[in-house]
Amino acid sequence: MSGLGSERSEGKQKTVTFVQAPAPEATAPRAGAGLFDPRLLVSSLPEAIGKLDPRRMVRSPVMFVVEIGAVFTTVLAITDPSTFSWWITVWLWLTVVFANLAEAVAEGRGRAQAATLRATKQETPARRLSGGVDAREEVVSSSDLTLGDLVVVEAGEVIPGDGDVVEGVASVDESAITGESAPVIRESGGDRSAVTGGTKVLSDRIVVKITAKPGESFVDRMIAMVEGAARQKTPNEIALNILLAGLTIVFLLAVVTLQPFAGYSGELQSMVVLVALLVCLIPTTIGALLSAIGIAGMDRLVQRNVLAMSGRAVEAAGDVTVLLLDKTGTITFGNRQAVELLPADGVEETALADAAQLASLADQTPEGRSVVVLAKKRYGLRERHTGELPGATFVEFTAQTRMSGVDVADGHQVRKGAAGAVLAWVREHGGRPHLAVDDVVDGVAAAGGTPLVVAELRSGAARILGVIHLADVVKNGMRDRFDELRAMGIRTVMVTGDNPVTARAIADQAGVDDFLAEAEPEDKMALIKREQAGGRLVAMTGDGTNDAPALAQADVGVAMNSGTSAAKEAGNMVDLDSDPTKLIEIVEIGKQLLITRGALTTFSIANDVAKYFAIIPAMFAAVYPQLDVLNIMRLATPQSAILSAVIFNALVIVALIPLALRGVRHRPLSAAAMLQRNALVYGLGGIVVPFIGIKLVDLVVSAIPGIG
Amino acid sequence: MSATAAGLLQIALLLLLLAALYKPLGDHMARVYTSTRHLAVERAFYRVVRVDPEADQRWSTYVLSVLGLSAASVLFLYAMLRLQDHLPMSLGLTGLAPDLAWNTATSFVANTNWQSYAGESTMGFTSQMAGLAVQNFVSGAVGMAVAVAVIRGLTRRGTDRLGNFWVDLTRGIIRILLPISLVLALVLVAGGVIQNLSDTREVTTLGGAVQSIVGGPVASQEAIKLLGTNGGGFFNANSAHPFENPNALTNLLENVLILVIPVALTRTYGVMVKDKRQGYAVLTAMAVLWGAALVAVTAAEVNHPGTVPQAVGSSFEGKEVRFDVWASALFANSTTGTSTGAVNSMHASYTGAGGGAVMLNMMLGEVSPGGVGSGLYGMVVLAILAVFLAGLMVGRTPEYLGRKIGRHEISLVALSLLTMPFALLIGAAIAASSDSTRASLLNDGPQGLSEILYAFASGANNNGSAFAGLSADVPYYNTALGLAMLIGRFTTIVLVLALAGALARQTPTPATAGTLPTHRPLFVGLHAVTVVIVAGLTFFPALALGPIAVALA
Repeated sequence: MSGLGSERSEGKQKTVTFVQAPAPEATAPRAGAGLFDPRLLVSSLPEAIGKLDPRRMVRSPVMFVVEIGAVFTTVLAITDPSTFSWWITVWLWLTVVFANLAEAVAEGRGRAQAATLRATKQETPARRLSGGVDAREEVVSSSDLTLGDLVVVEAGEVIPGDGDVVEGVASVDESAITGESAPVIRESGGDRSAVTGGTKVLSDRIVVKITAKPGESFVDRMIAMVEGAARQKTPNEIALNILLAGLTIVFLLAVVTLQPFAGYSGELQSMVVLVALLVCLIPTTIGALLSAIGIAGMDRLVQRNVLAMSGRAVEAAGDVTVLLLDKTGTITFGNRQAVELLPADGVEETALADAAQLASLADQTPEGRSVVVLAKKRYGLRERHTGELPGATFVEFTAQTRMSGVDVADGHQVRKGAAGAVLAWVREHGGRPHLAVDDVVDGVAAAGGTPLVVAELRSGAARILGVIHLADVVKNGMRDRFDELRAMGIRTVMVTGDNPVTARAIADQAGVDDFLAEAEPEDKMALIKREQAGGRLVAMTGDGTNDAPALAQADVGVAMNSGTSAAKEAGNMVDLDSDPTKLIEIVEIGKQLLITRGALTTFSIANDVAKYFAIIPAMFAAVYPQLDVLNIMRLATPQSAILSAVIFNALVIVALIPLALRGVRHRPLSAAAMLQRNALVYGLGGIVVPFIGIKLVDLVVSAIPGIG
Repeated sequence: MSATAAGLLQIALLLLLLAALYKPLGDHMARVYTSTRHLAVERAFYRVVRVDPEADQRWSTYVLSVLGLSAASVLFLYAMLRLQDHLPMSLGLTGLAPDLAWNTATSFVANTNWQSYAGESTMGFTSQMAGLAVQNFVSGAVGMAVAVAVIRGLTRRGTDRLGNFWVDLTRGIIRILLPISLVLALVLVAGGVIQNLSDTREVTTLGGAVQSIVGGPVASQEAIKLLGTNGGGFFNANSAHPFENPNALTNLLENVLILVIPVALTRTYGVMVKDKRQGYAVLTAMAVLWGAALVAVTAAEVNHPGTVPQAVGSSFEGKEVRFDVWASALFANSTTGTSTGAVNSMHASYTGAGGGAVMLNMMLGEVSPGGVGSGLYGMVVLAILAVFLAGLMVGRTPEYLGRKIGRHEISLVALSLLTMPFALLIGAAIAASSDSTRASLLNDGPQGLSEILYAFASGANNNGSAFAGLSADVPYYNTALGLAMLIGRFTTIVLVLALAGALARQTPTPATAGTLPTHRPLFVGLHAVTVVIVAGLTFFPALALGPIAVALA
């Protein structure tokens, strides 16, 4: 966003949300394990069984192999029945069902959100204008609207489709989409012209130009996204699937060739046992949970009111190495505030405070209010009301005079404003400004602040009272946040329309790594391209039409929902809360998605060690009794050992569904520290846990007649 | 000096010599493969074979060059062996049977040097010198060239060019293999290795019996046999033969020769990728694997569990008294950890655990430290696999040296990880299931299965050492092992070069704190664990029925 663009949005509705300090814990509640309801498992069961359709299963090669194995053992169990083969068969089917259950549960959570959204998508009558803005209206159904149609919406009516306001201003209730109950202003022109179908106009009349085709509206896309219908496998997911397929083939090879070796050794194995071994070895845990992890990742974004247009963008967020953050609204509060008063020589500080407050009483800009607040907080000056000063005339700020103030009835006048203007005013009234004032003014400017000079005319004598230091106030916690990002290897670049001196001062104060001053949209674009040419991935936020090219160029472009249609179209995510600091959370969610996949893959592969120790001695107990040394879990019988491994393999899927949906906890650590932690928990844990788990299952299973 | 002290001293000397050679040789090799200047002799050679040394090849052209040269080499060698009786200095030996000629030709071209024959009674001097020894140089240089092309894949950006195979090959031979071989051959001669062209001599032994003593150009072949991790012995007994490896000093030197290039190539790697720590990291992972296997083999052999060795008080069966148990275990570990396959003792006579350990050494994919070139590129592939798993765990698209591991890259990695187990397990499974092939086994039971597994592990990993006990000169083994060697060698080469091509096309991502560091001890550990886990999970069932069943009996 250019400096210009950002200034435009100041002082409006949006800033209310900005004021919240973006401390990590203060943001939207994390989708914790608490959100996982075990009842969902039961209610999703029918759907999980429906997903057994091989045409759907083939999308997950690992689980497809399990299903084929289950079919195979079913046939064997029918032709050559035994307690053992039936138990194995049942648990192999359960393994597949559990995998489908994971996906169904993940989708089920999205569907609940989709249902809410769909409620906003009822057909509404639309007042279409045919033949230009001034033509007559005809009432049509919202589903008949096409691109470029103009519709009139008045207070109390629902906006029939996505579009841009081309005429008028209105307050709109967007709570159906954003969940935010406070109405927002939508007006023609500028960066706040986009309206969403299904939202309600609360006041006034607007003319909306429809920008979305029927069935492709924002809500439509949102529904498709949360339901997982539009879900396509992301690049990393595809790569992981390929690796899992490769591992599956390796294990297939190991199991298929085991039979000739077994025959050589004098103990041919039953097909049921070989299938059981294969299923235990192939990475079923991650194969079963992979799609649930992806769906849940998107879901976590939606819970934070971010709508990603593709899973690819979410993944890219994890890879981002450069964050472009707009200064205004993201790093600083949206406006300048008075932070200190610098009295001129021989002027009491309280006198300056009193004059400054007086001059700002009628000034309703945030800057003006901040002077009154500072006078009250630091100097204990009670806020006076304009009515307390009978006969006083307030001088409004204008672009020509560049100062404001008040003329009190007794002839006492106070002015505050740009240094040049106020100094000229003092000279005009015969005063002789002290040279030191220039130094103070320059000092404030050099520190990145804006100096406002305060002067008075009392008893015909004009003099300078001092300088108000207005500064951008950096939000609390930003420095910590940037430190965290730096630890994660992400560089933050502050983008601002300010001059380099001011920009540097704010950059130092906020602790960003770099800044882009006096930024024009083209500069931002050039910066993104430069970073990308160096192999870095860039994320940014934006809301204006002039941000659109940069949003499209960035690897992760988050458009503010309050922004223009062009911006929303160009970005690959939309933040419904229009909170630019959300970018940081999006990066975390992207990382969390990858971490969860990696952790469960590692866990899945590490599990195989214990399964070998369970199954191999059991398979060859008769011919090589010495292999019983490898039965370190002391499993009861060969049958119980093999069955226990199969059951553990199935149960671990269910046990890990909550983790898959919640995601592995992400901490802002360096890659090295994070690897150490996760390798320990999921690698070493993956080796140890199944030894315990299989043993426990065996204790139960060995009680089954015909097994134990 | 006790056997233990002597053994430890031998290991210490070996490590010391390797450490001394690491930097100079590694840096030299980096210069060889990055220099823009051609030697006069090289230029002359390029003119003769009509190669433009300045041409930069695409990965696919590089692959075709490797395959073309290798196919021609197989044909040439096959013809030479078949027609041996028409060649000079053939000592009256006949041409080889078709299956043995095929097996031997593929074996030497694939840097395996599996020998289904006894050298002294099968090969004439011309076959040895103009056929086998030439391939010892060429196949070694091919491996190094491919490794260098893979390194270029990790250093170049936005290109599909990986260098010029013919230049890499020529330089590898002329600037690295030939000079070292020349010097070391002379050193070996000084140490007692023979070098002559004399006919077989009949001598009467002290006991009065008549013995035929075969001479030959041994030393010249011995140096490159080890330096190029080839392993094909002049004599059937290989480095256990006193003419090939007369004493403890030559034994130590041969050990150094086996390891020096694979080890020093990690330095070359570090220098060429402009981050020496990456080279140290790969070396450390290799060293951890080599060290762990050495401890396992030595412990198994020194403690010699089992009834007979316990009764005798040692496990000297199949070992040379000249070298003792320690030096035999050390040599066995080095020769199986690299894809050399030369032996100074008979691995079949090792204890179950010791034999299983050397077999597992090969099944790791020959990466500890592996064959010349092949060890490095094998390790890079496994590093990429480790990076893929670990990289996801740090929340980034996995990347190795700034190169992203996407679907294309991981497909090639997965395929190359499949190749060796495929050739090994299928070949061994067929051998185990047929009565006719089982007739070749000396032992039945798990030891017999070990013989089969060892043969295919050796073939598919281009090691070439034999477990003994298996009479492999029968059509099935000759043919199947020939195929296993070709698949293990060239399918892998095609895949890693394709991988290098894919990596070279990328624009590397600069490293940040969010990048997984691949030079820290943690990653080195993960890298080594990945190697072991991949091999362990693939081969555990087969190993359980072979060496593990023997060891636990």
